[in-house]
Amino acid sequence: MNAHSLAGRFGPHAIPLRAGVGLKPDHYQEIAESTPDIGWFEVHPENYMGAGGPPHHFLERIRGDYPLSLHGVGLSIGSDGPLDKDHLARLAVLVKRYEPGLFSEHLAWSTHESMYLNDLLPVPYTRAAQDRICEHVDEVQAAIKRPMLLENPSTYVRFAGSEMDEVEFLEGIARQSGCGLLLDVNNVYVSATNHAYDAHGYIDRFPVDLVGEIHLGGHSRDEDDAGEPLLIDDHGSAVADPVWALYAHAIGRAGAVPTLIEWDNDIPAWPVLQDEAAAAEALMRRMAGKAVKKPHALAR
Amino acid sequence: MPSLADTQLSFTRALRDPAAPVPAGIIAWSGNAPKRRFDVYRNNVYSSLADVLAGRYPAIQRLVGEEFFRAMARVFIDAKPPTSPMLMQYGEGFAAFLDAFPPVAELPYLGDVARIEWAWSRAYHAGDAQPLDPARLHAVVPEAFAGLRFVLHPSLHLLTSRFPAFSIWHANVEDAAMPPIDLGAGGEDTIVVRPRLSVEVRALPAGARQFLDTLSRGERLDAAAEAASATDGFDLELNLRELLRLGAFCDFTSDEGGADDNN
Repeated sequence: MNAHSLAGRFGPHAIPLRAGVGLKPDHYQEIAESTPDIGWFEVHPENYMGAGGPPHHFLERIRGDYPLSLHGVGLSIGSDGPLDKDHLARLAVLVKRYEPGLFSEHLAWSTHESMYLNDLLPVPYTRAAQDRICEHVDEVQAAIKRPMLLENPSTYVRFAGSEMDEVEFLEGIARQSGCGLLLDVNNVYVSATNHAYDAHGYIDRFPVDLVGEIHLGGHSRDEDDAGEPLLIDDHGSAVADPVWALYAHAIGRAGAVPTLIEWDNDIPAWPVLQDEAAAAEALMRRMAGKAVKKPHALAR
Repeated sequence: MPSLADTQLSFTRALRDPAAPVPAGIIAWSGNAPKRRFDVYRNNVYSSLADVLAGRYPAIQRLVGEEFFRAMARVFIDAKPPTSPMLMQYGEGFAAFLDAFPPVAELPYLGDVARIEWAWSRAYHAGDAQPLDPARLHAVVPEAFAGLRFVLHPSLHLLTSRFPAFSIWHANVEDAAMPPIDLGAGGEDTIVVRPRLSVEVRALPAGARQFLDTLSRGERLDAAAEAASATDGFDLELNLRELLRLGAFCDFTSDEGGADDNN
């Protein structure tokens, strides 16, 4: 499976091989009225699980003009405990209503027993965790009747008991469950810095044939107890230069892949996001030609 | 390696207890202490949930100050953590929490201001319904008016306070200087409704709460006017006109029949 066949399975609602932007309420009006030249939009389904109001009003309008991707933040696929059936049912309703071209979620957990912790918490890379996550991915794919993408996380700690590295862990889940992968290049950079490994090497080993989407976002900088760099994935600023370089490297390997600009905190004026998307698209065009894989003709 | 269940249990316990050591088995690549790394998760949990509460209760945050609000939010989060990833529903019960939270006992109106803010967010996400077009009432013959039964808009909320809760709320969401508020001036009733895309919040005039409560039970207009007239100064015509203009109703039926069946 690759970006073509993933998109193909989503039929006429495919996400084009262009850059998209995370849709924010701050920009609803401007986007609905000016219909800017953007390939697609992505939203967190959790923000559209109410009965009505402006979220649905604007999402319907904007969905009428653009392909849409849903990017879940609350399923807690990495939990040992069961998935929240009510939440899964609400997600299935949204998928039916908005016919997204892609659905993705995180390799993380955020719920423990009844408490929703509202953060993407790390998973130990063990075979037992891999099996549990595969069961959850199967359950999600059955509920929404389509394959999902699983995203590589930003992490700040490691588990002494991990039995494999992150790429092997993710690839194993994807091969076993049939899901695709969402490659968050900022997360690769953040985690590689935080755990002192080579980000380019991570990309080189990543199974790019499974990648259906790429994320780009901003991070902030702190340090740990020993004064070593500790990058925080806060989606609160522009994409950093080394992340652009890593993105160029990833596209050079994978070919053109739908690429999202994520900016969730300290949200700038719309033109700033549009410029980030244009920069991603320019890089995608320049680098994809060098890829071994041929660019595909899915653009609408 | 402990089981995934045990790993997540110890992780969660340590997240919620800032004094707890970092759970065994959690490491930094360098072998150095992982405390600041683990604290990123601790901070994310509480600060992201405090952000949700601050977004839902901006007037409360302005009234008590950001620093105090965030400390208070932490107490609330520990007492009533979210139980669903649908965070648009998080923060229910914050008003009752404020009513009973000893450090804010000197600000007894906070709970009622928070009730307005909670109603605002409920109205924002409520199911949609077209507000009643006042022109439809033109077709009602005068003698049929007394028998009309109005259907309140599904996003409508009514709040009653023994404090000037609406005035305090209004002053604190307009980002204006807080005007002098006379807590002895008596209470205020507030209506919150979202007829189209914008949530509207207004203070209700005398008797309007009784009027709307009676209508909300499906009773006739004359019965609602009768209930409201127990309050001095109730003006039926003014109330009906302003409520229609606000979009507080989405339909009506008539005991006389005939006038309302052509929409």
